[in-house]
Amino acid sequence: MQDAVLENTERKLEVVAFRVAGQDFCFDLASVREIRGWTSTTALPHAQPFVKGVINLRGSVVPVIDLSQRLGFGMADPGARHVIIIAVIANQTVGLLAEVVSDILTVSEADLQPIPEIVDETVRKFISGVLIQEDKMIRRLELGMILDQEGQYAA
Amino acid sequence: MSDKEDFRSSFFEECEELLEQTQDGLDALAEDATDTEAVNSVFRAVHSIKGGAGAFGLEALVDFSHKFETAMDAIRSGEVELSDDMLELFRMCGDNLSDLVSNARAGDNSPITSAAQLEDRLFEITGDVEEEDDPEFNPVTLDLGMDLNDVPQEDEGRLVYTIHFHPRADLFAAGNEPAALFKALTRLGDVQVKANLDDVPELSALDAMLCQISWLIEVTTDGNTDEIKEVFEFVEDCCDLTIEPPGTSECAAGGLPGLDEVAISDVDEAMAPDMPNLGDLVPEVGGSVGAVATGKSNVNAADDVAHKPGDASQKALPDAGAAAVARKPAKTDKSSSTIRVDLGRIDKLINLVGELVIKEAMLSQSVDELDIARGSGVSAALDSVKQIASEIQEGVMAIRAQPVKPMFQRMARIVREASAATGKKVRFVTIGDYTEVDKTVIERLVDPLTHMIRNAIDHGLESPEERKAAGKSVEGTITLSAAHRSGRVLIDVVDDGGGINREVVRKLAIERGLIQDSDQLSPTEIDHLLFMPGFSSKTEVSELSGRGVGLDVVRSAIQKLGGRVAIQSDPGEGATFSISLPLTLAVLEGMVVRVGSETMVVPISSVQETVRPMAQDLDRLGVDAVVLRNRGELVPVVDLGAFFGFRTAPQTLDDHVLLLIASDQGPRYALVVDEIQDQRQVVIKSLETNYQQISGVAAATILGDGRIALIIDADTVMRDLGSGGPGSSGLSEKSMRMAG
Repeated sequence: MQDAVLENTERKLEVVAFRVAGQDFCFDLASVREIRGWTSTTALPHAQPFVKGVINLRGSVVPVIDLSQRLGFGMADPGARHVIIIAVIANQTVGLLAEVVSDILTVSEADLQPIPEIVDETVRKFISGVLIQEDKMIRRLELGMILDQEGQYAA
Repeated sequence: MSDKEDFRSSFFEECEELLEQTQDGLDALAEDATDTEAVNSVFRAVHSIKGGAGAFGLEALVDFSHKFETAMDAIRSGEVELSDDMLELFRMCGDNLSDLVSNARAGDNSPITSAAQLEDRLFEITGDVEEEDDPEFNPVTLDLGMDLNDVPQEDEGRLVYTIHFHPRADLFAAGNEPAALFKALTRLGDVQVKANLDDVPELSALDAMLCQISWLIEVTTDGNTDEIKEVFEFVEDCCDLTIEPPGTSECAAGGLPGLDEVAISDVDEAMAPDMPNLGDLVPEVGGSVGAVATGKSNVNAADDVAHKPGDASQKALPDAGAAAVARKPAKTDKSSSTIRVDLGRIDKLINLVGELVIKEAMLSQSVDELDIARGSGVSAALDSVKQIASEIQEGVMAIRAQPVKPMFQRMARIVREASAATGKKVRFVTIGDYTEVDKTVIERLVDPLTHMIRNAIDHGLESPEERKAAGKSVEGTITLSAAHRSGRVLIDVVDDGGGINREVVRKLAIERGLIQDSDQLSPTEIDHLLFMPGFSSKTEVSELSGRGVGLDVVRSAIQKLGGRVAIQSDPGEGATFSISLPLTLAVLEGMVVRVGSETMVVPISSVQETVRPMAQDLDRLGVDAVVLRNRGELVPVVDLGAFFGFRTAPQTLDDHVLLLIASDQGPRYALVVDEIQDQRQVVIKSLETNYQQISGVAAATILGDGRIALIIDADTVMRDLGSGGPGSSGLSEKSMRMAG
């Protein structure tokens, strides 16, 4: 019985939930360093379309990825209300552009459901599961896929 | 524990200096085999390494340095005459010693087996020298920096004074230190110090507050009693002191009766912590003294000369002494006034200063926006802040700057090894050893330079027979030089070999598909084919430089440092590989330009001149290409905005500015920018830490408004344009990278 309790607590998961292109997403809070308001970026030549550019994060050069474009929703038009979630992916610091951060949730891993088989490949590539919270469905992002295996910004 | 680690690491740092001193000494001996000061200097350095190694129980190092030292001592005492072969052997011993030191540093304390042959040869030198002359070695962990040299002997015009010195307790209470007095005496001449331990009781009866040792000191000097008295001036009242002029002492010439030669290092700690190494002051009585612990890194050649002006042997060689001083002008100061600082601390300081410079720029921009009148207190204060910030920055950068000398010495070894491997005789000349370059730059230069030097010996120099046939001296020369020029460091590797065989290079390049048979290439362009990936000019893979890596690796390593490399070759006369590097990796002088809506930075070092284009100087070639007529040359015009995909090339260049870019990898070209905004020092920030390399971009920086601007890499822009010749593959390289 004790085991069951332990197991239960171990499987708790903290995630940051945010919105991209009108849909709800989340990923592990542990990867998040900070959340900033939108600042305009410096464009990078020869970059993938989803790379918005770079920003100055207290003296470091940090690229910003347009999650909307990356996930196939088309280019975001960032405004004052957009946020940049600073995350660490594969030892690189990356900014992720989102519309709004909605919540920080503590969920049980048991609440995570696999995504249905029918959805297309882009979705499968970036989304590792879904989370049902009250009336909302939150998609769990597979952060590692934002950059490819070599930590590069390939298409 | 950590103390021991500290000592250990400072021992290894000192070893680096001592190894350098060894190399210097051997270099001096190569020029003049009779340079006794050089022999002494090598001897002292090796001896100090042995001493330190003994203290840390590094037996392999002790063992080898002992043999090395014994051989040097034989030379020093004049029992063996230094021959060229021996010098060669000593050089190899120096290399081996340096290997042993780095092994020991890495924790490997085993002898280097391949060095057994060296030891045998060393033994041949010392074979006839009696072992008794070399007293049993007792490692001494601390060292007073005293230079107790040779046996006192009455040189002409010099007299031996005998001093009896017995300090009373109040001498120590007043903060005096006998060792310091003895050291002061060495300035007057040669000093022989003997401790009298007769009065020292059993440990249990010892009174730590009393000094029960007395000393008998012999000073061989051309000074007089007064000068000796002066040394003891401050302690006269708290010691028993007699100074006997020459002739009055029965001990002066002969033995020293009544003295006990027991080493007292066990007792001294209990006696007075302030005088821990009396053992040092007790030389072997009656020994021929060659190996009394003397070596000390901070007593260098120049010091010695200064301290012993009257020494007969020095007088005999005034030129050698003077030359030693002249060659190392900075050395004398260096030992007395340097500190060792952890590199991490300096880097932290550099980062902070970088931030300061950025903040300062942000502040001035905000002040500008407030529209405060020029000449008001605010802007004047801001100007001086600006100046101080840039001075701090320069100062901090200067801390990181190091002379290239240790690296050049490493290269000397590469030359020796390459020369042995190829059977070519090579003379190695270095120029500008004291040129200072950023430490990181030096470290990252080692590999490319090693490669270039091996390449120069392996491919550049001809075989001795070929050289003879060409009427050259059989011995080839490799010159490595360093110099500062207009804010950059130039490093040249020059060989006097056959030069680049352009026919062969061209043929090989066609064979390897690097160029087309029909390509018309200038001699310089052919030479630069050597830097193409996949080019290797030797048909068979040579053991030495052909390891599947070509000069292209050298070039990319240099480019990573923000440098450029070029070849200049005269058939039959040799080749020069020139590396040009920025002084530092942290800041650069940049021209801030606007390209479309983007702000970018072009390194000033790449910009030859800026031109406001006149319509009559511009000509269109074909649909897109534009050329500028400048100083009788046709210069291709490149729109930076279009190159980076920020915009399409403007129809007319009327209100644009052209930056003429000088590149050593091809012809000049002109970059079109919209406007030049500023010229300032910018802090270099890596793009690769969180992103990846971008073609045509060297790095990023942060501007006064806190935004990021990209720093343009003028050389890769040129290469990626594919202007024909060596650059043409740049485009395919780039497209491959983009595809990946």
